[in-house]
Amino acid sequence: METFLTILLDGLQFSSYLFIVSAGLTIIFGVMKILNVCHGSFYAWGAYTSAFFIGKFSEMGLPDGLGFVVIVASAIIVGLVLGFLIEQLILKHMYHRDEVLIVLATFGLFLVLEDVILIAFGTDPYFAYQPMALLDSVEMGGIVRDVYGLTLIGVAALVAAGCWFLLNKTKWGTILKAVIFDREMGISMGINVPFVYTLTFIGGAILGGLGGAYIAPTISVAPGLGTEVIVLSFAVVVVGGMGSIMGAAIGSVIIGLLRALAVHELPQVELFVVFAVMAVVLVFRPEGLFAPAKPRKI
Amino acid sequence: MLRDNTSKVVLIGGILIILFGAVAPNWIVNQLMFGFSRALAILGLLVLWRTGLVSFGHAFYFGLGAYTVAILDIQLGVTDVFVRLLGGACLAGLAGFLVGFIMRNYRDIFFAMLNTAISMVLYGIIVKTESLGSTDGFAISLPTIFGVAPETKYPLFVVITTVAIVSALLINFYLKTTIGRLTTPIRDNEIRVEYLGFSVAHAIHLKYTMSAILAGGAGALMAMSLGQVDPDSMINWTVSGELVFITILSGPGNVIAPFIGSLVFEVLRTYAFELAPHLWQLIVGGTFLTIIFFLPGGIWSLISKLGRSTS
Repeated sequence: METFLTILLDGLQFSSYLFIVSAGLTIIFGVMKILNVCHGSFYAWGAYTSAFFIGKFSEMGLPDGLGFVVIVASAIIVGLVLGFLIEQLILKHMYHRDEVLIVLATFGLFLVLEDVILIAFGTDPYFAYQPMALLDSVEMGGIVRDVYGLTLIGVAALVAAGCWFLLNKTKWGTILKAVIFDREMGISMGINVPFVYTLTFIGGAILGGLGGAYIAPTISVAPGLGTEVIVLSFAVVVVGGMGSIMGAAIGSVIIGLLRALAVHELPQVELFVVFAVMAVVLVFRPEGLFAPAKPRKI
Repeated sequence: MLRDNTSKVVLIGGILIILFGAVAPNWIVNQLMFGFSRALAILGLLVLWRTGLVSFGHAFYFGLGAYTVAILDIQLGVTDVFVRLLGGACLAGLAGFLVGFIMRNYRDIFFAMLNTAISMVLYGIIVKTESLGSTDGFAISLPTIFGVAPETKYPLFVVITTVAIVSALLINFYLKTTIGRLTTPIRDNEIRVEYLGFSVAHAIHLKYTMSAILAGGAGALMAMSLGQVDPDSMINWTVSGELVFITILSGPGNVIAPFIGSLVFEVLRTYAFELAPHLWQLIVGGTFLTIIFFLPGGIWSLISKLGRSTS
């Protein structure tokens, strides 16, 4: 029972941060049709920025509770600055090019941003345990868990609810859906599509940054951290169906639980299961498990 | 139609390079070996790229070739360079042939992603398996050639260059056959190709298998010239990215392009590590973006422009 609960909670925690990152990736793909490899950099930048400032603030003797403000602020700053710059300077000039070439361009950006991190933050790892220490731990069902990790699940749920509300209950959601469904028709209806693209990319980048910023206190923030995350979120997005928020949620729960199960029961297959599931889904349902049927356009 | 001198250039250039290797200092021979080994994989990716397919997972075949050499060496004690090379290339080719049945139905990013998934499955297996060397990999003994253990790396260099010449000539020939010409047409309009009486699926399957054989051979040669294999520099998705990068850098124009592109890549890497060790990825990424934006035909487009203006 205890093992089961541990696996469940570990899995959900892992799913939560995967979901936050993948939601950004899938929104960008859904609206802009860009498979954004440099999403891993947003994650890494979010993690570094928040770890750096949490450490700095703690040195300055400011209350540890400020850490949570830092986390949200770093995500927003990283998303705004990097998202805006990349969209305006690079991607904007590529929309007429081949989809695959855009993927390659984002891969180039990913490499560049990886090294800019090293220049900006150095090669030593950062530890920002303060927010985690502040929240202490609880005992539930016979096992002891960090409260911080549990809040992660709450944050993911909030992000999911936020995305759902934005897409289904606001004017912005309607505009986004119009652009996703038919870009040209959207333009002819007077939607400023380039502006929608910029906002979407920034929004996706903020989510990528938030995933990194929130996970930073629980890990040692060291070089190369974006490399693993990006392929994992590719797996999530592929399993759930590219471009669907619901798909990202289901995909991350599947991948998260599977991986937690593997880590506890059969550690040798930890990475293998994730990508095996991804490959199998691609083979049998390339559009993803829960992708809605697409109307064919003539 | 213009006369094509490619095969002559490959043959003469290759022989000159072999002769040059005999007098060149060691470090140049090493660079040429690494460059030409990797260029084999690029040759296969070039054929795919002309067809409009970009694989973000060919490190699967590259790694398969490299690890075959490692297993042959450590488990079976095989040292002969040709057995190792054939072993790596054939295993990768077989894998490519089998995977090809699925892959030939995929295009665009689905093709890229499925390749990534498959390569990461292998990566996941090797990283977590102690008997396959886990993250440390294996050291590989120097190969023997016709039963003789060479004192220097020069004989291996001759073998690699010869293999490179032969592969370049074969691919050049293939690209001139009818089925080989079905590259750009498939990219531009598959339905028309089908109407002309060709099976697009078969054509892609063949090209995919060829690229797998070449990538496997490249991995095997790379493992032997480096003297070691490990998952992060042979199979991780970043390696696949690197291979795609060199393909774009070389340009799809000619079978000579991959060799030039790979050499440029090796030189770039060596100097980057010497001058600015932390800026390697920045340089690669920056070059990548520059090429995509300003030189869509890669380095080869510069060379062919030069050739046209002089003639």
